[in-house]
Amino acid sequence: MLKSPLHVELLKLLAASMLLISFAMLSTRRIQQLITLFAWQGAILFFSTTLVAHEARLTELYFSAGLTLILKVITLPLILHILIRRLGAQWDNEPLVNIPVTMLVGLVLVIFAFGLAQPISLLATTITRHTIGIALAVILLSFLMMITRRKAVTQVIGFLAMENGLFFAATSATYGMPMVIELGIALDLLVAVFILGIFFFQIREQFDSLDLHHLESLREE
Amino acid sequence: MRGIAFVWQFGEVILAVALAPLFSGWIAQCRAWMQNRTAPPLTQPYRMLHKLFYKDAALATNASRLFRTAPYVLFGTMVLAAAIIPSVVTDLPFARAADAIALIGLFATARVFQALAAMDIGTAFGTLGARREMMIGFLAEPAMLMVFFNAFLLFGSTALTTLVDNRATHPSVIDPSVIFAAIAFIMVLLAENARIPIDNPATHLELTMIHEAMVLEYSARHLALIELASSMKLFNYACIGLSLFLPWGIAIHGAHVGSVLIALAALLVKLAFCGAGIALIESVSAKLRIFRAPEFMAMAFLIAVLGLLVHLLLGANTIA
Repeated sequence: MLKSPLHVELLKLLAASMLLISFAMLSTRRIQQLITLFAWQGAILFFSTTLVAHEARLTELYFSAGLTLILKVITLPLILHILIRRLGAQWDNEPLVNIPVTMLVGLVLVIFAFGLAQPISLLATTITRHTIGIALAVILLSFLMMITRRKAVTQVIGFLAMENGLFFAATSATYGMPMVIELGIALDLLVAVFILGIFFFQIREQFDSLDLHHLESLREE
Repeated sequence: MRGIAFVWQFGEVILAVALAPLFSGWIAQCRAWMQNRTAPPLTQPYRMLHKLFYKDAALATNASRLFRTAPYVLFGTMVLAAAIIPSVVTDLPFARAADAIALIGLFATARVFQALAAMDIGTAFGTLGARREMMIGFLAEPAMLMVFFNAFLLFGSTALTTLVDNRATHPSVIDPSVIFAAIAFIMVLLAENARIPIDNPATHLELTMIHEAMVLEYSARHLALIELASSMKLFNYACIGLSLFLPWGIAIHGAHVGSVLIALAALLVKLAFCGAGIALIESVSAKLRIFRAPEFMAMAFLIAVLGLLVHLLLGANTIA
């Protein structure tokens, strides 16, 4: 298998910037900034997948890269932006845990993910095997974001970012999932965002806010 | 051969003292251009220093000897730091005595003296500024250390000169950890030198000031020394950054006069870009609330640690 050192370096760089963007997402307070960061994460995913496709000579991966570009860089951020504008929810209030603590917890998660990925990446043979740890870390950090945020919109973005991490893990561990599964997931995501968008309006109508903590006190009437 | 190294050493220190106000003036000029103001002349810092040196110093009645010696200590530590940092040549005989960790110690010494002197008079502002400065300092230092550790891991040495030697002879490295370290370093530079996201060097607004609050009681030659020392601190930080992350053109060990001249020209060009970059960052960003400063520094620390982790995980391609 051809392993051009420049490509490997570039791939490492993309993986590292993916991790950096995950942390930026954890630290940001504005929802619009969060969506922009999500779009950037998608763009990095697109570049890295294209690079892997080029390096491993897999036509299938080109398709999934294109799918990433259309869905995660263009469509989903656009839908989210429109949703935000319609809902008038540009501002995210303070997260549950303050940001420096969240970042430190995130750091611990990264160390955990790297430790977890070490034996796996020793077994793997792909050129991207070093980035498995980063993919795991991105997934865990998105989890953390979903846990520490109150608003429904940020939690959905966390969910989408987690999917980004999963996709990245798939490309770095096994050169991507089968095309059928990937198409299915892409469609699921699109539908999920549509349905969640409808939910947002319902939640806001019911409680006059998107804060999910109101849902905790639901009871029958 | 040894003799010429001492000449380089001496020349570099002189260069740092002479160029530091110019660098500050250049940043001020770039900022003025970006904000559509009429720019002050480049020589403005020199004129101010000249004016201050010729004035008579006024001291508070209860100022102790510490208050009077602190400016000299500040200036001395900055000169020492300039002697260690390879900005033009790496063949510095003095740099053997101290590595990058000692360099951080030097900056810490300066900070402690400045804070003590600020509290010496017993005014409210001085104490306030000293407290804020110590807070920023104690948050910025670990981040700075982590940036250095990144470089140590990659280039296998804690001595800045050896490190830069190794780096300059392997110019084709794009290691992700270097980029993380560079981002963290820029954040530390802005915080440590009281630049805009943390402190505004150009105002005297008492609610927000840090550095200015500490030097309010100083006048004349003491103030001139402090101003010179703080512009040298900025210059030193810029030179550390340039030698760690953009060492191209630097005259490595055993270089000739010609390559030293090239290195000097390269340094001037790099400093010009660096100053413009700092001015740009300051123009596009707003000052953070002081309570957000810990968050900013935590980010810097985190990015530096991430750089270390990424370096360890993504396969260590250690040079040296």
